[in-house]
Formats: sequence, structure tokens, C-alpha cells
Amino acid sequence: MKYLSEYRDPEMVEAFLKEIHHITTRPWTLMEICGGQTHSLVKNGILNMLPANITMVHGPGCPVCVTSVSVIDEAIFLAEQPHVIFCSFGDMLRVPGSKKSLLECKASGADIRILYSPLEAVQLAKNNPDKQIVFFAVGFETTAPSNALSVVQAAKLELNNYSILASHVLVPPAMEAILSDTNNTINAFLAAGHVCTIMGMEEYEPVAEKYKCPIVITGFEPVDLLQGILMAVKQLEKGEHKVENQYTRYVQREGNRMAVDIINSVFAVNDRVWRGIGTIPNSGYEVNEQYKNYNARIKFNIDIEKAMENKDCISGDIMKGLKKPKQCPNFGAKCKPEHPLGAPMVSSEGACAAYYQYAGINHV
Amino acid sequence: MCLAIPGKIMSISAQLDETFRTGLVTFGGIQKEVNLCMVPEAQVGNYVLVHVGVAIGVVDEEEAMKVFSYLKEMGEVHELEATVS
Ligand code: SF4
Repeated sequence: MKYLSEYRDPEMVEAFLKEIHHITTRPWTLMEICGGQTHSLVKNGILNMLPANITMVHGPGCPVCVTSVSVIDEAIFLAEQPHVIFCSFGDMLRVPGSKKSLLECKASGADIRILYSPLEAVQLAKNNPDKQIVFFAVGFETTAPSNALSVVQAAKLELNNYSILASHVLVPPAMEAILSDTNNTINAFLAAGHVCTIMGMEEYEPVAEKYKCPIVITGFEPVDLLQGILMAVKQLEKGEHKVENQYTRYVQREGNRMAVDIINSVFAVNDRVWRGIGTIPNSGYEVNEQYKNYNARIKFNIDIEKAMENKDCISGDIMKGLKKPKQCPNFGAKCKPEHPLGAPMVSSEGACAAYYQYAGINHV
Repeated sequence: MCLAIPGKIMSISAQLDETFRTGLVTFGGIQKEVNLCMVPEAQVGNYVLVHVGVAIGVVDEEEAMKVFSYLKEMGEVHELEATVS
């Protein structure tokens, strides 16, 4: 366990913890949505400092973890086309598809590049007119404006060798899918701070109201997380269910309107398959009709068989908050970061990898 | 990949139109060309929160410094090192 003095604001950490212990009278289950938050909670040993009757479960907020097997297969199909340079954020390369991962595909000769930004892929398209550049556009609402912007820029530059494989996911429909599950045990959510920097707070209000569930928009540092937990528990103890904002230094009620406008100009909302969870209606973005020439699915006429998910991986139950990583029979045995069976063991923001990496230190 | 990292705008490199406003941003020594179209109010010397090459918000200096050192300590800034090759 970390010592309190190692935190950015040790006194505040201690004060929030004291207050949480003081006000908690009943058992509550809270879910943090964002994988960055999961990582921070586990790595900083916060789970061990909370009162015993507060259970934190770890949500689906990691794009690496929720991108479906079929989409990975589509990515591999594209990467294996002649004259294609397939570009991706680094985290996606090790995610297992139905037969292999992008990393294995790269090892057998496909031109796959790891980029920091989709805008670099546009640059690559400009510099390589004889190649087709495809960017793997994954991510939550935070990443959508950047991916959309890459399409707008490519269109302005009149590039006909740039396209994206979009597999965007959206937070509010996922929350609803979790809350409406008959086995749901979650009493409150910590929503993801940076997602709300873009989208603002309003779209969470109908969810909080419909399911009588407090939602606190929260940052990812220990102090933020503890304050977010405190705000959520306060509401629960008082029987309230509001949308509150802990992350006021980055989140405004209306979000970043320019970013939202760019998203809406390029993407249309569609149904999306979440790995382990299944199809959630209206939970993703696909390239819209106007920009269809930049949609890699259309451009390359992708038509491959939808693969089944690996039945040995219980990631769906973990991301719905029904199970903890250690309850998976494969955890640490057949499934390790070096040989991931499922996606949450791949990314450091995946719950399984976080538990595996820090369990020895933090006894979670 | 989902993180946003704060950095300081060193110069505005290009302003072709509303989607092509870019600037050079430094993240504790690592410099990156960043798109600034979603933060029209940001000027040279300001700190911006950058996510995969695009600034999504403006932050004050003190906050930016604190967040950056926290991220560095957590080993979260390596993604800045992936570049076009
Ligand atoms: S430990 Fe591995 S197999 Fe089990 S849920 Fe996590 S990723 Fe899936």
C-alpha cells in the first residue's frame, strides 16, 4: 500500500477518507466508468482504504477492453490488404482477434504503424499518395473529436487515400445497459471526467433520474476519486440521485461545443457490439453518409464473418460490475498480460491487468 | 490512450482556417504539433489539455504543472513518444 504522504495532497486524501468513513452507514456499490480511474484506484491502493461496506466495481470505460473481436478481425483484414498502411494507437495491437492480434499480423509483414494522433495519419496519407492509409478510430467521446477532425482535414486536403475504421463507444448508453441488467447491484456511478470535458453534463441527467442513481463526474487522481466517492456516498445516504460535478476544473455544464459540433458533422450514432457485453443500442459512432468515402468499411467492402467471443473470458461480467477479476478462473493462470485471453488483461487500464500488476503490492 | 495531458503552447504554427489552427506544445520537454481548433481562446504561453494531438480545453499553469508531474510519476506520458515513421 502507498503511504499517504506520497499523494499530491496527502492532507486532502486523509480528510476525504475520514469523511467517507464517517458518513457511510450502509453497504453501497459504486462503479467507476473509466479505465484510467480503475488504474488509479488500484495502483494507488485506494480500494484498501475505503470502508468495508463500500464496494468499487470497475466499468467498461476502456476502449481496448470493449472493442469487439469482430472489429479486431476487420482491422486485421484491412492491415493485410496490399498497399495499406494501417495506423493505430499502440494499446490496440495486442488485443486478441478471433485468430490473431494486430501485433502478430505486423510480425508477419503487414505495414502497421503506431501513432499518437489520428492527425499524424492524415499527414502520412499526404506524404504517401501511392498508399492507402487507414486509421483505427477507437475510443470514447473524448477521442471522437480528434478522429472526426482527421476526416474533416483529409476531406479539405482532398485526400482520397485516407479512411478510418470507426469503433467508437459512448458512455451514457453503456450506463443504461448496466443499470437495466436484472442482476445489477450498482448504486452510483463515477462518470469519466475527460469524456464530460467534451460532452458536458446534461446527457447524464435522464439516466440519473430514470434509474434513481447518483452520477458524479470525477477526475482520475486519488484526491479526485476520493472526493467523487464522498459526493456519491453523501447522495446515497440522503436518498438523492443528482448529477454532480467533482471535476469542475475541466468540466463545464455544456462541455466543449466546438468539439461536439465536429463529432456531429462526421459521425452518426449507431448500435455497437461491446466485447463481453453484446450489442447496446445507439451506443457508438459510425462515419456518416456525407463522409462515407472516408469509411474504411465501405471503401474496402469489408464482408467477413462475425466471430464468436472467447467463452473462457468473463470480461462482460467484470465490466458490468457482477464479478471481480480474481473471480475469473483464468486470472493469473491461463490469462496473464504476456498471454492475454481477454482484452481487460491487455491494457493497463483494463481491470484484469490492473489487478494482476498491482495485486501483489496492494492486496486487492 | 484515454488520458489528456497538459502542455504549454510555445508558438502558433499555422492558422489556415477554423480546423487547421495548430501550435507547438511542449510537455515537459517533449514537443508536439497540436491542433488548437477546439480551443480558439488559447494563446502562446497558455496551457492546454491535449488528447491524441488535439487540445480539448485550457488549464491554468499551476494545475497543468501538478497534473503533468502526477502523470509522469504514474508512468503515463510514454504515449507522447509514438511518432510517425
Ligand atoms: S482474467 Fe483474462 S480471461 Fe479472465 S476476465 Fe480477465 S481478461 Fe478475461
